[in-house]
Amino acid sequence: MEHFFSLFVRSIFVDNMIFAFFLGMCSYLAVSKTVKTSLGLGIAVTFVLLITVPVDYLLQTKVLAAEGILGVDLTFLSFILFIAVIAAMVQLVEMIVEKFSPSLYAALGIFLPLIAVNCAIMGASLFMQQRINLEPGSTQFIGGVGDCVAYALGSGIGWTLAIVSLAAIREKMAYSDVPKPLQGLGITFITVGLMAMAFMCFSGLKL
Amino acid sequence: MGKLFSKENGEVFKSPLNLNNPVAVQVLGICSALAVTAQLKPAIVMGLSVTVITAFSNVIISLIRKTIPNRIRIIVQLVVVAALVTIVSNILKAYVYDVSVQLSVYVGLIITNCILMGRLEAFAMMNGPWESFLDGIANGLGYAIVLVIVGFVRELLGFGSIFGFQIIPDSWLLDNGGGYLHNGMMTMPAMALILVGCIIWAHRAYNKDKIQ
Repeated sequence: MEHFFSLFVRSIFVDNMIFAFFLGMCSYLAVSKTVKTSLGLGIAVTFVLLITVPVDYLLQTKVLAAEGILGVDLTFLSFILFIAVIAAMVQLVEMIVEKFSPSLYAALGIFLPLIAVNCAIMGASLFMQQRINLEPGSTQFIGGVGDCVAYALGSGIGWTLAIVSLAAIREKMAYSDVPKPLQGLGITFITVGLMAMAFMCFSGLKL
Repeated sequence: MGKLFSKENGEVFKSPLNLNNPVAVQVLGICSALAVTAQLKPAIVMGLSVTVITAFSNVIISLIRKTIPNRIRIIVQLVVVAALVTIVSNILKAYVYDVSVQLSVYVGLIITNCILMGRLEAFAMMNGPWESFLDGIANGLGYAIVLVIVGFVRELLGFGSIFGFQIIPDSWLLDNGGGYLHNGMMTMPAMALILVGCIIWAHRAYNKDKIQ
């Protein structure tokens, strides 16, 4: 239980997808113009992460690994398999959201299918693949479906936190006097850099 | 041969290097551009890998573009890219193992690099293989240029070295009686963002029409 909690909190603050690993940067910069849409995208990313990381974990350990059901080491196929799972899951999520919550579907619009090529999703699966091989005592170790859920939920919430706070800053920044060539993209980068510096304070956090 | 190097093809090649630079202007492929640039060597390896993968995935998609059903084209593109990335990742592991360890998950993340999907969607689906090849190489190089600039500055100021060779002599350091300190901040992720921000600033100050 302790490990569970530690993994969850670490992946929100210390191993934050945006500030520590720059994952999902493209949609992060493109969609963070208003708080409302960025919150919607954050929730969608968290949701997809919650499904894909455990599924990819099961595929990695039960099918691809040498001791899996096939008995052959097929881990070199993991990239193709992971991206296929992600693309299929995103399609599924899109269909479910369209059926049960048309208003959310309309609000997310094009961003929902684009989650398939969001590096945060693929990155979480690849980090999970790396962390399986860590020592069981390590705070980053992932050793079961439960750990995967904690990691995916933490990463998703961390990503949401990052995008919502950037959107809030950008909404305020519309009233600031920024040098012309720096306006738009340039100042956004520098803002994210300063936010990342602030988040570095969490790096000593131990649970 | 005259046709292969026509004026239009020259434009296709030149524009991503400056005016349509994938990182500085189109804001594509930012994730890996920031993460692998703490030192120059991984930055160059990453730039080359992306160039090769973009060029060949462009050629493959361009060759089969008329047979791909429109509804499933994203999946087809992803599978082609994933296969190429698997090959490149295994080549890196075999020949430059230390760099491949440094790059860690970011090699695998080339699959979701927006430059690739962007070029496949916007260019390879509508153009012939040779133009697509040029376009892929040029976009990869445009990406690599930004990586090399960021990697150069970060390694020089953060570690005082270039390619692992010491440039700033040890005698300059504060510990040895000099007055110089390595900027540890440069090795942190945060500075990469600020450096890219500054590159975009300089690029836009020079190309006034790109100002938003």
